[in-house]
Order: sequence, then C-alpha cells, then structure tokens
Amino acid sequence: MAPNDSAGTDGGTRGTAAGRRKAARYIVPVAVAGVAAATIGLVPALANSGDPDLPKISAQELIEKIAASDTEQLSGTVKISTDFGIPSLGGLAESFAPGGAGGKGGSSADPQERMTELASGTHTLRVAADGPDKQRLSILDNASEYSLIHNGDQVWAYDSKSDQAYHATEDRVGKDAGKKSGHPVPEGVPTTPQALAEQVLKAAGPTTSVTVDGTAQVAGRDAYKLVVKPKQSGSTIGSVTVAVDAENGVPLKFTLLASSGGKAVVDAGFTRVDFSKPDASSFTFTPPKGTEVTEADDAKAQHKADKSLDGLIPGAEELGAGGQDAKDTKVIGEGWNAIAEITTPGGTGLPSKESGDVPAEAQQFLDALGDKVTGKFGSGTVFKTRLVNALMTDDGKVYVGAVTKDALVRAANNAS
Amino acid sequence: MSQAETAVAGAGRAPSPLWTFGILRSELTTTLRRWRTLALLGVLAAVPVLIGIAVRIETGDGSSPGPGGGGGGPAFLSQVTNNGLFLVFAALAVTLPVFLPMAVGVVAGDSVAGEANAGTLRYLLVAPAGRTRLLLTKYASVLVFCLVATLVVALSALAVGALLFPVGEVTTISGTRIGFGEGLLRAGLIAVVVAASLIGFAAVGLFVSTLTGSGIAAMAATVGLLITVQIVDGIPQLSAVHPYLFPHYWMSYADLLRDPVHWDEVVKNLGLQGLYAAVFGSAAWARFTAKDITA
Repeated sequence: MAPNDSAGTDGGTRGTAAGRRKAARYIVPVAVAGVAAATIGLVPALANSGDPDLPKISAQELIEKIAASDTEQLSGTVKISTDFGIPSLGGLAESFAPGGAGGKGGSSADPQERMTELASGTHTLRVAADGPDKQRLSILDNASEYSLIHNGDQVWAYDSKSDQAYHATEDRVGKDAGKKSGHPVPEGVPTTPQALAEQVLKAAGPTTSVTVDGTAQVAGRDAYKLVVKPKQSGSTIGSVTVAVDAENGVPLKFTLLASSGGKAVVDAGFTRVDFSKPDASSFTFTPPKGTEVTEADDAKAQHKADKSLDGLIPGAEELGAGGQDAKDTKVIGEGWNAIAEITTPGGTGLPSKESGDVPAEAQQFLDALGDKVTGKFGSGTVFKTRLVNALMTDDGKVYVGAVTKDALVRAANNAS
Repeated sequence: MSQAETAVAGAGRAPSPLWTFGILRSELTTTLRRWRTLALLGVLAAVPVLIGIAVRIETGDGSSPGPGGGGGGPAFLSQVTNNGLFLVFAALAVTLPVFLPMAVGVVAGDSVAGEANAGTLRYLLVAPAGRTRLLLTKYASVLVFCLVATLVVALSALAVGALLFPVGEVTTISGTRIGFGEGLLRAGLIAVVVAASLIGFAAVGLFVSTLTGSGIAAMAATVGLLITVQIVDGIPQLSAVHPYLFPHYWMSYADLLRDPVHWDEVVKNLGLQGLYAAVFGSAAWARFTAKDITA
C-alpha cells in the first residue's frame, strides 16, 4: 500500500507539472497566429513609410516631364476603386434587366456595357501598350476576364465568361482607345512640352492651384505627386492627385477626393508596372472556334467605343456632357464651378403622377432617389452623387455640375 | 523495464526515415482502401461526367450553352464546347466549393477521431513512432488524399472532355492562345494549386479530429465548419474578415489561365493555406501530444 500511496502523491505533483507542460504546448499555435497577425498588420505600415527622396521640382517642370514622356511600351496591373456614392450600379442594372448584360439583346462582349461596370466598386485591370497601334486592356473578374485588344485597325473585345467576342474595324477607334486607356503617348501635341506646360498652367490660372506635393512610391517606382485643387469653394471636387513617375514622366496613380471628405471618389493606380516591350502575342486575338462574334458596323462601333472609353475616366462623361448638346445648353459659371443648364425639349420636368405615363412604383423610386428642393425658381428634385449633382426643376430645366447642392439651387435662383 | 523502454525507443529512432515512410505507406493504404474513401472518389469522378454529358446534350443542336448564351452558371462552362480541356477547369470550379473539401473534411475528421472511435488509436501509439510523428503521418496522408481527390476530378474531366468535345489550342481567358501541350501543363498546375488550396482546411479537420473521440462528430463538425465559413465568406457586410477565411481565395486558381499569369491572389491563397496549416497543425499537435488516450 505504501508504495502505491507514494506513487499517488508523486503522480499528483507530476500531474500538475505535466499539466503545465501540456498547457505550454498551446503557446505554439497562439504564437504562430500572433506572429502572423503582427506581420499582416505591420508589413503594409512599414512598406508605406518612407517616401522617396527626390530632388525638388516645380509644377511646371513636372507637367513638362509628363508632356515630354515618350514611353510607348508598358504593361502593368491597375487597381481602380470608384465610389461615386451611387448604390451599386451592377445590382441596380441587373434588377431592372434580369438575365444580366448578355440578355439585353446585344453581346455581353460589347464594350459599352462592360465599361460602365467600372463606375462602381473595385476592379483590377491589366494594361499593355506597344506604340500607338497596339494596346490591350483587360478587366480581371472572378474566374473570367474581359479583354479589349487593339492591334492596328482591328479592335477585338472578348468576354471569357460568356465566351462572346466583339469585333470592330476602324482606325480612329483604336487611336482613341490608346489615348484613353491610360496610355500616355502625347500624340498630336502641337507644341513643345514646355509650351504645353505653360499653356496648362495659364489655363488653370485663376481657378485652380497646381502644386507639387511631395513624393510617393507607386508600384515600386519613385513618383512626384502633382496636386490640382479648385481655388473656388462650392465644388464637390476636393483635389485631384496625380503621381508621376520621376524617371520617365508616366502618370502612375490618379486620385480624386471629394470636398466632403471620406474615401477617394476615384482611386486608380498601377500596382505593378513594367516599361519593357510587352509580348507581341498579347495583342493578337483570334476568336476560338464556336465563339459567338458580334460584328460592329463601323459608325456604330466608333460611337460605342468612344463612349465606352470615356467611361474609363469616370466622371469625364458626366462633366463633359453639358458641353456636347450646345443647342439647349447654357453653361453658368466657370472653372470648377461650371454648371450646365439644360432645357429639355418638351419643357416637361420629371414625369409626375398626373402625367400617367409612369407607373406608381417607378415614381416612388424616382422620388426616393432625389431630394425635393424649393427656391425662387419653383421646386425641383436634386439627385446627388458624391461628385456630380443635378437639379431637375419641375418646369423642365436641368442643372448639372460638379458642385454642391446649395450652389445648384443658387444657380437656378439666379437663372430664373 | 526502463532499459527495455529506452531500447525500444532507440530502435524506433534509429531507422527513422524508412520507418516514417513505413507508417505513411500503411496509413495511405488503409485510408485509400476504405470503401468510404472509394465512394467519395467515385462521386468526385462522376461530377465531370455529369457536367460533360449535360453540356453535350444542351449544345448538341449547335446552340450555345446556358440560357440565352449569357455568362450564367459555373465558371468556364461556356468554353467547354470549344475545348474539352475547359471541362477540367469547369469541373474543378464546380467541385471546389463543396464536394472536394467535403471529401477532405470526411477523411481529415476521421483521421484521429476515427481511430479513437474504433479503439485502434492506442495500438498505433504502442508502435514506437511517437505521437508527433503519427500526427505528421496522419496529416501527410490527408494531404495525399487532397491531391488524389483533385486529380481524380481533373483526370475524369480530361477524359470526358476529350471524348465529348474537340481539343486543341487553348484560348486563355485573356483571349490569347497557347498550345494544347501548354494548356495541359497549366491544367496540371491548376490541379496542384487546387489541391494545395485544401491544405489549410485539412489542418483544421485534423485539429477537430484530435478534439473528440467520435469519428462522426469530427466529420460533422469539420464539414459544418466549412459550410459556416463559406456562408460568412458570402456575406458582403462581413467583407473585412473575408481575406482571412480559408476558402476566400480558392477560385484564384483561375488566374493561372490568364496570360500572363496573374500570381497575386494565387500567392495570397497559398500563403493563407500555409498559415492555417501552421496554426491549426500546431494546435492539433499541442492537443494530440498532451491528450489522454483512453481508447
């Protein structure tokens, strides 16, 4: 009995010691998780610190640098996040047209339909360019990709998800595609870079401040930050920042902040960039056997490609919209605070309940989208996004601009 | 007695590499020869056959797959008619969210708990292999099962795809063309990446398996955990935690079909799997080596 007893007490003390040792083992997984969490938390912070040390440069010199850039070959990955304060466009479009893009009569490879996707959310794009004749742009989706390929006078669009292709042949389409897909070739610039820079600064003059605000690292390259800010108040645009490669003057990152603060409205920048010649095979496209190809007749193609590519610089379309229909459009104000006044042909404003051509649900939906305002001009509805606001008066006038709601109402009051 | 113990332990340690292979081999044969495992593999092999025949019937009259020719349905399905090789990718896209991890969950959950349940765990531990090595062997055999299961899906899909559809030059999802040989190479790489995507989940299953003495409970808990995590991954409001969930980057294998290959998310996926394997593997080790084996 005695040995047994002693064994028992021994076992007891050994038990607690062993228990402690057992518990100590759990430190290993906890430590692994802790180290991982710390790494995830710290590495981006460390990577962000330390903006590159570059020689000082003036805004004019920087603009000259951009204009003088002769980089024709590049490939890289672009991350673009947009937040216009519009409730998810994709979901909205889908709820209106069940069946998605492919069901709407056209091809889902049609550039126009696809580019509007970029106006909301975060997307990863790939760009490659080799001279003015060869460019490609791909939107990387989940397990699929949408590619727009320009090679000479051929423009192909391929949507791998639905296995549909879109084909257009026209020279001009391609040129525009090249210029607007973030490719910085300054074709057709009539003057020297220096003259151009002066011109830009002069034009910006009274309404805009253009400064160089330090440096940054973009996609592992040293860059200067060019900051463009409206001098006037009342604009919804807070500032536009362009990060320009210090070595070759290629714009690497574009950030548009709203004056109301918060997340960037548009944040588009290279996450990886390579200035060597891209593989020639990336600019060739032959539709696979069995792929449905939609041919665009030339005029239509040009119109569509132009329009869709405008969508690449979200906001540009909206901002420029006022200037295009000169007939019934007046521009009030200047610079950043310019407001387009559009008189709708029929003279009727928003469809109201009385007109009877709109179902009650749609009317409710429209009302829910906008804020009712009244003023000297009568009453109307303001549709707000973070960047562009529009006032539709009940007597059929529309005021659109990248200005605050108050500025719109003021403009409407002054006009009436 | 103590001398005998040390002698046995010494004998166990000396021929260690071969000995480890020995238990790994016996472990693998027991795992892969089980009727349960064979049935799981059979189900996995049937999935591509089903998809292939369905697409073939649907497009037999020359129409495009899917209603309205839209991009609905699982990834890569619309390209299958052009190239049978895409059936491999489509089949993996279909099986990866549920079937494959479920099979892995069953095998991983059963690995330790099943032995405990059947009362065979203590006999395994009598063999002078040590608990750590036994656990590593168990994990290794689960990983081999991951690879085997993925290859079964891929090879079955390749066979069905080659039988029912034309094969030839492959159009990558970027629209560029690569030869059939390179296409096959990429398919092989994708199968390996898909198998590697399951590493983290296998470690979770192994950990759960060390917690309980009931094989069924471990399998159910593992598969339940998988479904829960998948649901969490699908809720947009919880997007802040998504990058840390093991299934989040599973579909990134599709990036290998881009031209040039987009590695970012593939690397993130593999890193995340490694992290899960390290955390849950060491947790399983902590639990298993400190556990009282009663059965």
